[in-house]
Amino acid sequence: MFTSLLIGSISLATVFLFGCVGEIITEKAGHLNLGIPGIMCAGTAGGCFAVDLYMKSNLANPSWIMLILFTIFMAFLFAAIIGGIYALLTVSLRCNQNITGLAITTFGVGFTQFFIDNYVDRTNFDAASKIISKSLSFSSNLGWFGKVFLSYGILVYLAIIIAILCSIFLNKTKAGLRLRAVGESPATADAVGINVTKYKYVAILIGSGIAGLGGFFYIMDYIGGSWENAATIEALGWLSIALVMFTLWRPTLSILGSIIFACFYILAFKITGVSFTQMAALKLLPYIVTIIVLIATSIRGNKNVQPPASLGLNYFREER
Amino acid sequence: MTEKYAIELKGVSKFFGNVIANKNINLTVKKGEILSLLGENGSGKTTLMNMISGIYFPDEGKILIDGKEVVISSPKDAFKYKIGMIHQHFKLVDVFTAAENIILGIDDGKYNIKDVNSRVKAIADKYGFDIDPKKKIYEMSVSEKQTVEIIKVLYRGADILILDEPTAVLTPQETKKLFTVLRKMKQDGKSIIIITHKLNEVLEISDRVSILRKGEYIGTVDTAKTSEKELTEMMVGKKVELKINRAKTDFDRPLLEIRNLNINGDDGSRKIEDVNFYIRGGEILGVAGIAGCGQKELCEAIAGLRPLVSGQIMHKGESIVGLPAKEIIEKGVSMSFIPEDRLGMGLCPSFSITDNIMLKNYRDNKGPFVDRDLAKKQAEALIKKLEIVTPSSETPVRRLSGGNVQKVLVGREIESSPNVIVTAYPVRGLDINSSYAIYDILNEEKKKGTGVLFIGEDLDVMLALCDKIMVLCHGKNMGIVHAEKTTKEELGLMMTGSLDLNKVKKDKQFGKAKDSNLTAKEWREEAKKQKEEKGE
Repeated sequence: MFTSLLIGSISLATVFLFGCVGEIITEKAGHLNLGIPGIMCAGTAGGCFAVDLYMKSNLANPSWIMLILFTIFMAFLFAAIIGGIYALLTVSLRCNQNITGLAITTFGVGFTQFFIDNYVDRTNFDAASKIISKSLSFSSNLGWFGKVFLSYGILVYLAIIIAILCSIFLNKTKAGLRLRAVGESPATADAVGINVTKYKYVAILIGSGIAGLGGFFYIMDYIGGSWENAATIEALGWLSIALVMFTLWRPTLSILGSIIFACFYILAFKITGVSFTQMAALKLLPYIVTIIVLIATSIRGNKNVQPPASLGLNYFREER
Repeated sequence: MTEKYAIELKGVSKFFGNVIANKNINLTVKKGEILSLLGENGSGKTTLMNMISGIYFPDEGKILIDGKEVVISSPKDAFKYKIGMIHQHFKLVDVFTAAENIILGIDDGKYNIKDVNSRVKAIADKYGFDIDPKKKIYEMSVSEKQTVEIIKVLYRGADILILDEPTAVLTPQETKKLFTVLRKMKQDGKSIIIITHKLNEVLEISDRVSILRKGEYIGTVDTAKTSEKELTEMMVGKKVELKINRAKTDFDRPLLEIRNLNINGDDGSRKIEDVNFYIRGGEILGVAGIAGCGQKELCEAIAGLRPLVSGQIMHKGESIVGLPAKEIIEKGVSMSFIPEDRLGMGLCPSFSITDNIMLKNYRDNKGPFVDRDLAKKQAEALIKKLEIVTPSSETPVRRLSGGNVQKVLVGREIESSPNVIVTAYPVRGLDINSSYAIYDILNEEKKKGTGVLFIGEDLDVMLALCDKIMVLCHGKNMGIVHAEKTTKEELGLMMTGSLDLNKVKKDKQFGKAKDSNLTAKEWREEAKKQKEEKGE
């Protein structure tokens, strides 16, 4: 029971982790992107479209590596395009970030539902999902260790690698220092000659692309290639944003945080004999712990665990 | 052209919409020279410097560096020409260390914080700075932050340094230290442009002075051949009387009495510790102290915006502790705090002057509607009285220059005819003319019998304006002295905590009026009552 809960949690955690790391990169640039749920949907649309295209032309002998690369590329691309709309509106046209983000989510969810329902042939989803979620063949021979650590598809490991790379980027590189400066105080960054607009655009595009992989992973790996509607992915997207605050804007901490969130999320399904009301209450847990963490950090008043200082504020150089 | 200038401006202009910020400015700075840039608020000094440092782009005119025409379209370009600007509002990332801030945006080589630390130390030693490269900015004092800013531009190899009001937030001792550093840089062949309002500093530090007025270039004079009076006249465009007349009034009984006050700051640390003082009607009590030693918390506590840990605040013998801010205002206690960014407290930036006046007095209107005409009349009267420079009374406050914003705030507080005025830094960053306008207002209020608590920065001004001066050091009252009997040096020592009059004059009870509104017994009862309330 415990092992199966852990395996399920690590698997689902990948959805949160992609979304969370994507949002962290965006927020470090000072942009609160509430469009992440919609962007994760868009990533799903791109990835599923790629699955359809690839499987149709290579039905006889689909290659694992080609399918993975092509679908990841398309999921990233679709998500980044929607993220690009957000960037254009908030960075260049200086629209309010919250309102723009909500609009992007609404748009992304609707677009994905419409796109997959009408333009994507889902007949080969099952087969593709089996390829994408393929794990190392010897993992089943290694007992519980193999089950807990090695029984997942490539995307699970990719998410963890991206989270670690993102942490190194933010804390150990010059570009990371600059990105953080842009999110903390764009006027300061500007005054020392950092191209604020460029950093913001790149951060939003890359962050969105990474988040998009989360939605794609959910459909093609976690639930095994079945498609119902975009609303489920949207719900997971909101949790990813909550996870950013829960993990205090730290990508490495979010690996652990995403597993905890995922555990709370599936606890309701794994425990037998709970009523519908109790199940709803269990699903509230991630939100409740997020609120507790936020209260705890704000009471402590530690400046090191606060959100980027200019998060949510647009920057305009000649404003006075 | 015989002489080669480090930097030369020819006919530079900048417009913000219809507002002319700079018009046809000509300016030259030689190598190894300190040039002061003098002008009233809104005369376009900062805008001009922002154009040299690449924040703004000039609409007309040209900039020459070492005799060659250059285009500075971004801060990066400015670094290329070795121009570095130290802004009035520090441009530092709070959660970064000093070294991280210094290296930010530099392209050379690898990211090795250890190298940076040693290079920073080398620069610091060369010019006599004191700095810990590993310290985070939010743990630093204002003067330390300024040091980081200066090293930041030196690290980039700047030869032309621009300092925007660098002394506005420093103590006299810190200012002296800064000037020593600037002189060393000058000897090193660097060109320095310094913007300041304090004429004595202009005369002390600079070689030449250039004057701007209302966005136009007035002229340049040699410091050695000029005087405070001449400079003021050039700056203001007319003769002005540079004297604060300390009005003699008959002191009334204590209006506001404060005993054993303890207040905590936002972070839970003790900001005001066991402070006693009182203000009489017709008296100006100055509060001197280094920035951030409890002034803000004291103001907020009196205005009812911050809860006390313990202590009493008596207004005309009645306790105002625990009363809502609105009732305290109705009793006639007015508070105006000018924060460092000037807009933070009391005014809505996107509201017009009229709307901001309504914010304070809308309660006087009967019924659900506000009386806009009345407020507009008051706004126009205020604009006229204080010579506020604004296109109209309907222009958003945020579009005005800092000094004019301040006049609106102070003016509005005085309009409500209070009997106690608590004012913090009312002349922060103001030019001479407006400063004196505000001193005159305070003196007039004093003559009317109002008690004034004046929290200030400039000790010279406080010595001339206040009747008594209380000195705070880390939230403790170091003693209260008569302005006529003390000196700037004594105040400076008290500010840094080197001199504590409580210890020197043990027989004297500072801050307790002999003719208090309450007897000693009543004070004790008040304290007891408060303890009981806390206990329950």
